[in-house]
Amino acid sequence: MRLYAALVYLFLYLPIGIIALFSFSAGRSASQFQGFSTKWYGRALENPFVIEALWISVEVALISAVLASVVGTMAALALTGMKGRLKMVFDLMIHVAVMIPGIVIGIATLIALVSVFDIVNPWLEAVSGFRLSMGYGSLIAAHGLFTMSLVVILVRRRLEALDRALLEASSDLGAHPLGTFRQVTLPLIAPAILAGFLLSFTFSFDDFIIAFFVAGSETTLPIYVFSSIRRGVTPEINAIGTMVMAASLGLLVVTQVILRRGGARSTDVQSEPVERPKVDRS
Amino acid sequence: MALTQNQTRWALITPAGLWYAALLLLPLAVVLIFSFGERSTVGGYAPGFTLEQYANLPARFAAFRNTLTLAPLGTIASLLIAYPLAYFLAVKVSPRWKTMLLVLVIVPFWTSILIRSYAWIFLLGGRGIPALLDWLGIEGVRLINTPFAVLVGIVYGYLPLMVFPIYVALEKLDKRLLEASADLGTPPWRSFLQITLPLSMPGVLTGTMLVFILLMGEFLIPAILGGGKVFFVGNALVDLFLQSRNWAFGSAVAVALVVIMLIVVALYGRLAKRFAVNRDDMDLM
Repeated sequence: MRLYAALVYLFLYLPIGIIALFSFSAGRSASQFQGFSTKWYGRALENPFVIEALWISVEVALISAVLASVVGTMAALALTGMKGRLKMVFDLMIHVAVMIPGIVIGIATLIALVSVFDIVNPWLEAVSGFRLSMGYGSLIAAHGLFTMSLVVILVRRRLEALDRALLEASSDLGAHPLGTFRQVTLPLIAPAILAGFLLSFTFSFDDFIIAFFVAGSETTLPIYVFSSIRRGVTPEINAIGTMVMAASLGLLVVTQVILRRGGARSTDVQSEPVERPKVDRS
Repeated sequence: MALTQNQTRWALITPAGLWYAALLLLPLAVVLIFSFGERSTVGGYAPGFTLEQYANLPARFAAFRNTLTLAPLGTIASLLIAYPLAYFLAVKVSPRWKTMLLVLVIVPFWTSILIRSYAWIFLLGGRGIPALLDWLGIEGVRLINTPFAVLVGIVYGYLPLMVFPIYVALEKLDKRLLEASADLGTPPWRSFLQITLPLSMPGVLTGTMLVFILLMGEFLIPAILGGGKVFFVGNALVDLFLQSRNWAFGSAVAVALVVIMLIVVALYGRLAKRFAVNRDDMDLM
């Protein structure tokens, strides 16, 4: 059993390790190790195309994650405790957004936006001399759509677990609803919002398939890596890959630390749910 | 502020509603409408109402066949590899190591699947595993750009997603049931088949469903490890929308993909419900 687990972990980490190893190879060959060197990291960081793609990816990820967190949290607040048809419609849309394959979301967004732009542009150009096209905006909007749904799911789960008594106590003590929100609700759901934000950032930063369709003339880092692989694997791509993985790993660690701290802080306020004694029914 | 609760609610939910309307409902409606249209002479879409695109679906039969064989195969392979690991993590590992080992399973999932898949180009390519086999006396093995390579990529990519729900289900399992079963003289393999396996079924169903749904829309793994020889519906879609710009036919392919996916999910939901019912029966015994 232990040996089996060790083999599975080897399976999971060997490929990653090989990329990291070859990124330090001095030679040109991407599949033979020829002495230790960090020159490919320097090469990658000096490549203007890499830097530009990196910035586009970071900007899109940052803006879409901020928008998704804010709009998603607002929707989660409105949906908690809501009943009726509107809630059902939203539940359906959230599920559809998460379940439809990314590739279908990508092509659907592409053809819908291109068609809308074709209709709007002649008119817009006559009025303002400005044209709409695929690019930053469509990337942010399409990534945000998916990640907003994740934020709604995460924040809502947290809101539903909130102790109603705390909110009632606050309003019984005469707090204004906005005050209750700022001083009670927000601190309690903050870890969920932050986790949603980091998840959204990571998703957008790593996403290839949606970006491939909606990026227009922009090149995000995953698109750059993909087209480079098509032309052949180089140690430079290994270096970029290693850096990207290290960055994702860093973000993951930060998320975990924040979630754990948030959890610890909220237990000060919220009484830890007592584990219900298990009833044996057999 | 003089907003009533209802007004606040509307104010909070409107931005999300607009976002869904503009970037989910509108695009999906456009795909549906385009799938009944025609290809314009310059590529793209020309209005029309015809079922021609759907009648033409068999032209992409190979993509659907590959997806509908490799997605289930990949799901089953992931399950077979993930289950023992999840069992090990939930039942055998001491609490001290548990968190770390779990995190180690999840970490790869949060790093770019693009980079992780492309790592297999090294391992499956001429200088990787085939060279090793060559050295061992097994010659002429080709792995890269075969269905096997795609399968390896799939299992590698989605294993974490399979391990986690199964682990959660097994973790919840009351260990005293197994002790009671052992006390009554049941051999371990029977206890496993009659207690552990049925009780972990919800996790198995969640994991296989998640992986299967994601695999149906897969593009990257076949593109990187299948080398154009093993292609999924996703690869056909990229070709239709970005290369040949046949939007009407591409939309029909996309609609067909989603419909097949929904049918599978619905059938699966039924299966899951049946398992839930069985479990209640067992609890009552």
